Amino acid sequence: MSNAIHKFLENNVKPNFDEGGKFEKFLPAYDALETFLFVPGHTTNGKGSHIRDGIDMKRTMIMVVLAMVPALLFGMWNTGYQHFLATGEAYTFMDAFLYGALKVLPLVVVSYAAGLGVEFIFAIINKHQVAEGFLVSGMLIPLCLPVEIPLWMVAAATIFAVIIGKEVFGGTGMNILNVALTARAFLFFAYPTWMSGDKVWIGGGMDESVAYADGSTGATILAQATEKSSGFVDASGAAYGDSFMASFLGMIPGSVGETSTLAIMIGAAILLITGIASWKIMFSGVLGAYVMGLLFNLWGANPFMEVPAHMHLVIGGFAFGIVFMATDPVSAAQTSTGKYIYGFLIGFLGIMIRVFNPAYPEGIMLAILFMNVMAPLIDHYVLEANIKRRQKRTMAVAA
Amino acid sequence: MSKVLKIKKGADIKLVGGAEKILADAPMPSTVAVKPTDFEGITPKLVVKVGDEVKAGSTLFYSKDNDQIKFASPVSGEIAEVKRGAKRVIQEIIIVADKETKYEDFGVSNPSSDSREAIIEKLCKSGVWPFIKQRPYDVVAKPSDQAKAIFISAFDSAPLAPDNDFIVHGQAATFQKGIDVLAKLAEVHLTVNNAAKADGAFLQAKNVKLHSVEGPHPAGNVGVHIHHFAPISKGEVVWTIKPQDVLAIGKLFETGKYDATRVVAVAGAQVKTPKYFRTIQGVNLKTLLDGNLTEGNNRIISGNVLTGEKVTLDGYLGFYDCVVTVIPEGGEAQMFGWITPNPSKFSISRALVSWMSPNKKYNLDANMNGEERPFVVTEEYDKVFPFDIYPVQLVKAIMVDDIELMENLGIYEVAPEDFALCETVCTSKIPTQTIVRNGLAMLREEMS
Repeated sequence: MSNAIHKFLENNVKPNFDEGGKFEKFLPAYDALETFLFVPGHTTNGKGSHIRDGIDMKRTMIMVVLAMVPALLFGMWNTGYQHFLATGEAYTFMDAFLYGALKVLPLVVVSYAAGLGVEFIFAIINKHQVAEGFLVSGMLIPLCLPVEIPLWMVAAATIFAVIIGKEVFGGTGMNILNVALTARAFLFFAYPTWMSGDKVWIGGGMDESVAYADGSTGATILAQATEKSSGFVDASGAAYGDSFMASFLGMIPGSVGETSTLAIMIGAAILLITGIASWKIMFSGVLGAYVMGLLFNLWGANPFMEVPAHMHLVIGGFAFGIVFMATDPVSAAQTSTGKYIYGFLIGFLGIMIRVFNPAYPEGIMLAILFMNVMAPLIDHYVLEANIKRRQKRTMAVAA
Repeated sequence: MSKVLKIKKGADIKLVGGAEKILADAPMPSTVAVKPTDFEGITPKLVVKVGDEVKAGSTLFYSKDNDQIKFASPVSGEIAEVKRGAKRVIQEIIIVADKETKYEDFGVSNPSSDSREAIIEKLCKSGVWPFIKQRPYDVVAKPSDQAKAIFISAFDSAPLAPDNDFIVHGQAATFQKGIDVLAKLAEVHLTVNNAAKADGAFLQAKNVKLHSVEGPHPAGNVGVHIHHFAPISKGEVVWTIKPQDVLAIGKLFETGKYDATRVVAVAGAQVKTPKYFRTIQGVNLKTLLDGNLTEGNNRIISGNVLTGEKVTLDGYLGFYDCVVTVIPEGGEAQMFGWITPNPSKFSISRALVSWMSPNKKYNLDANMNGEERPFVVTEEYDKVFPFDIYPVQLVKAIMVDDIELMENLGIYEVAPEDFALCETVCTSKIPTQTIVRNGLAMLREEMS
């Protein structure tokens, strides 16, 4: 069956896209779709390694997308849950999930359509193959945005990020900044009213369809922490029984995929077991954040500084950022030693920005972007150390 | 013996079709060939023409850049053909072999009383010199150099590699003779894998510095040994040679003949009875494979699956190769191959299920299992690269022709074979060995 399909594609469809065919310009687009259906059967060259590892870029990227699925599914449910919490209506599990799915899926579809559209256009213009990098970015973008963000903004930000963040540098593998965070930062600075406040996080919050009950609020814990270090309230205005546990499970307002530390940890487990994401970055990132949190606790000059260090790990975008974005191998440090430094500083600076500058509650985003820029510098010094070792040896020989 | 060096980084890819320890005498091949393409960076100057009669040890060609480096015929017979490829580059010099081999006589002599110059002259004249390769550049050594050391790896850790303990067994005296010759040129380092199991010819060898290295492939690569025991700095040269070629040098001094006999393992999933053959350098592969292959689209490799060269059944054994591997060619597209668990494919990542069966023997074909992409995944090469060198950064330096950075990052210490596993496990399917080879060739040109 699959053989027959492949033969049909090769004999009847592909010739149209080959040189001299009707659609030869669109070969990269066709090629991307065909190789998505069939991993091509080409074999190794005459010289060199004749056997190859079963892994390829598609599988790697798909694994990361799979790792985000728990966060996506939870995000759908939580969107509905927050909505009904704020309106005070009665609801069932399915009501919440379906409400959220209808809110979240359009974000996902728009992100993929806009991003892949740009990728395909660039592939056709440059006559190169479509790389798989955007498979991951396309899922990251909706998950790191507030659910109420207008779809056209998602499209604009995605197009901006893919062109300015990636294609101008040469495409997948060449970018300096994480593409999804570039999109998020673009929205954060271009449309701040849609990226902060206490309405954007609740499904329906911006179109006034949510009649907020008295005392109910859509403020995230991160926003509330500027005024108090405990006694956080949920979307209905009631205090959380255990705000740490609520944040850990993710039943709090926030960007679509970032709320549930538990769902993110399932994703982290997938990434760590398959070995696709760097445990060094995740581990040192958590450590860095925790250390910064502790230092603030010692200082304790304002309520935000008194937020317990472990609380910092489960609120806001910290967990999502450190698991799915800091570990982006292209924009992270690439050397082993460099990864420890890079990860630690992301955690450390992320919490620092969060607490010092409440205008930018999402410190993790800025910390990761900042460290993306610094990563080549870190690697440079790690390499220099290696080079120095070798030069010392040469000098010893010469002497 | 100094203490055992344990290598942690690396990977043993277990393949079906390992050669059984049975030694058969292959019939005298009808034709043999010397392939100048086996010698990187050598431009051959032919001294024979079609129809000439040669003896074993007669010079066929020499290096245009250094006429001291001569390449000899492994058999006696008649030059049948000089095969040329694009731009008239000589591909193969094919010789129809006599039934009874006649040898050039280079004279019996005792290496311990010969001078260094006399030894080098003899090695060069008889055509065994090209067995000695050098680092940097991974090319035939320059006789005028003073090497810092000569490294011999007594074991080959590559998949389906021949067992040198089995091959040299019973030839301790000849091996020692070869060592004595080499010891006149530089300090000889010999590395065994497992001192308890290694053959006496290695363990009792005198005149050598004996090392022991354990761990997964590339633990047997001579580059790993050099890196840990006598790292090459800029300006230094280390020579390397394989155990069977040490035997050839030993025989040259024992008998005065260039004896091109060698034991070759014939292995791989497509070989019906994988075993060892005593045959001759440059043998016509039909001699070893006829009737011994499973029908199908086969990939015949002169050498091992990680570094060898694809040849046809009409092809010839490469100069440095001691194994012929035959695996299925593969080449079928796989529907949704990027998500299927693929338990029959090897992977060092755990994104396929094969990691759950670590002792499984694979029947791997030559499929790429994906398309070439830019570097994305990091620290992947590091897992299989037991050097204090940053492999991806070095490869990138080569890609952008940054000579200073290549030098700084340690290109003098490596050969393409050291990157064989990197190339194998690369998610982006980057042709790493070719890149390293090109980098070395470019650097050599710049430095000369």
